[in-house]
Amino acid sequence: MADLALAHLVKRFAGGVVGVDDVTLTVGEGAFTALVGPSGCGKTTILRLVAGLEEPTSGTVQIGGRDVTWLPPRERDVAMVFQNYALYPHLTVRENIAFPLAVRRMAGAELSRRVTNAAELLEIGALLDRKPAQLSGGQRQRAALARAIVREPACFLFDEPLSNLDAQVRAQTRAELVALHRRLGATILYVTHDQVEAMTMAQTVAVMARGRLLQEGAPLRLYRDPASLAVARFLGSPSINTVAGRTTGARFEGALACEARVAACADAVLGVRPEHLVLGPAMDAAPAQVTLVEPLGPESLVRLRLRSGEELVARVAGEAACCAGDAVGVRVAAGTGLFFRAADGTRLA
Amino acid sequence: MPEPRARRALGYAAAIGLALTMVAPFLWMLSTALMDEFEVYQAPPPLLPAVPRFANFTEALTALPFALYFRNSLILAVATVTGQVVTAAMAGYAFARHRFAGRTPLFAVYLGTLMVPGIALLVPRFLLVDAMGLVDTVAGLVSVELVAAWGIFLMRQYFLSLPRDMEDAARLDGASEWQVFWRIAVPLARPALATVALFAFIDAWKALLWPLVIARSPDLRVVEAGVASFHGMYYANWPWQMAAAVAALVPVLVVFLAAQKAFLRGLAFGGFK
Ligand SMILES: Nc1ncnc2c1ncn2[C@@H]1O[C@H](COP(=O)(O)OP(=O)(O)OP(=O)(O)O)[C@@H](O)[C@H]1O
Ligand SMILES: [Mg+2]
Repeated sequence: MADLALAHLVKRFAGGVVGVDDVTLTVGEGAFTALVGPSGCGKTTILRLVAGLEEPTSGTVQIGGRDVTWLPPRERDVAMVFQNYALYPHLTVRENIAFPLAVRRMAGAELSRRVTNAAELLEIGALLDRKPAQLSGGQRQRAALARAIVREPACFLFDEPLSNLDAQVRAQTRAELVALHRRLGATILYVTHDQVEAMTMAQTVAVMARGRLLQEGAPLRLYRDPASLAVARFLGSPSINTVAGRTTGARFEGALACEARVAACADAVLGVRPEHLVLGPAMDAAPAQVTLVEPLGPESLVRLRLRSGEELVARVAGEAACCAGDAVGVRVAAGTGLFFRAADGTRLA
Repeated sequence: MPEPRARRALGYAAAIGLALTMVAPFLWMLSTALMDEFEVYQAPPPLLPAVPRFANFTEALTALPFALYFRNSLILAVATVTGQVVTAAMAGYAFARHRFAGRTPLFAVYLGTLMVPGIALLVPRFLLVDAMGLVDTVAGLVSVELVAAWGIFLMRQYFLSLPRDMEDAARLDGASEWQVFWRIAVPLARPALATVALFAFIDAWKALLWPLVIARSPDLRVVEAGVASFHGMYYANWPWQMAAAVAALVPVLVVFLAAQKAFLRGLAFGGFK
């Protein structure tokens, strides 16, 4: 295992499209970093640059302290799991898993021992003689994982490996991947645009948008303390509520009002997480109308419309005490508001 | 406007008619191959032999050294198939996947050669082969169709239609560019390669002009030349010629049937999507 360091990485494609724009990112030895961001923000491009499938316009890639920027893929010692798994359709699962060893001229007992180990770790020992076409999506994903771990690479790259699985298998595989990471102590760079995956699996989350790295940090830190509106919006489901207004230095004033001990700004945005909206008949609350109640079991989502037209979502524990059409008061729980400049989305301090 | 059923019947009739026009010459060939030498010249010619004469086959195939001719044809066909499959796979892959200076113009030149009729190449090819001292040799015989532009074109289109992820995965798994080509790209392109092989085989097997031009000694004759030689200036033994032609068809049928599955898939996957 080794650490992975990207420094000022830039990728400009022929035709002028900037896929990756000055990204500096470090994944510590044995760490699990999730790279998240909306579609087209450059996540796959970063993985391909790390893997050596793409040449950077500028910047460097280091693996385990070694500069690999200009090395071909096979000299980088990284394994990648593709979004569509990219299993070799003409080979059996066994031959697929053995491929990375076979091209390195490993054979005999050592090869079959390692193939068997990898297959057992992923519980696909019974499928070794099938072709990929005869596997389910989840089984293919496991076969692809087995092929990645069989040669014990310096680091792993994952490109949305769970996006083709149904919700149940996905939740299960999420937990298994985390367990696998602990077991192998592997360095992992994991691309997803599913923020739940990022929050639940990774030790560090890096948020990208339009080729740039916006912020990185522990998942909960990013959730509680986002540096910009884009990061705040990307993490959390349902997404953070936003209300336009202004900050005076002491308060936020807009369709919702609350205390705001941040710099004064005439054109500000309040961000408030659904779980931080308090519903009730309180006197200092903003009047709103319930448009929809979505009971999820342990909690409910209450969709509201403020008198000024803004739509909000509140998350309340258990069953909601209100139903669609009710008039309620809504306020921001003390100290939970996040404030941003409307102009560029940066956080007000 | 005809009824749907009537229209369907019309369609079938047209299909049957077309099929018959394709099959009729073969049936006639078969029929003639079994006729008496003089039966052919009756007027009007009979459709079927009065008594099928199977001896035509043994007589025709022993009247000339056909075992030798078959051997020569086989050498020509195997060399042509091998040459075309290997070069089409490699060049098609290079054109589809590798970036190199002059790729587009070079490919255009390759395609351009498809527009030159083979007959126009006969003399220049002969002069070249003669200059190399290869006239009347096996090397000279097989030399001119080892590379086929249309095969390169077909393989390029096919490789372009394959997803790159598998090749990228192989690179990451540690494969060299050669290993990516041989162990991943080529097996995935099997249907298209079968198509190239089949057409190369048929082309080589029915080649007549070049083998006639390049082979002076009778030892270097191919099957088609043998078949043609029953047709002299003053006299033609039609039944023998047709019997030899039927025998010459057998290898083509065998190869076609063997390759049919992969071949049809190859056409469907031709890359024009
Ligand atoms: N080979 C290429 N040539 C030109 N532009 C490209 C190429 N590959 C990617 N791009 C562009 O670079 C940008 C980033 O692409 P990338 O595939 O990295 O996005 P992504 O974050 O992985 O998106 P998704 O979540 O949809 O997979 C996109 O605008 C894309 O159109
Ligand atoms: Mg992607």
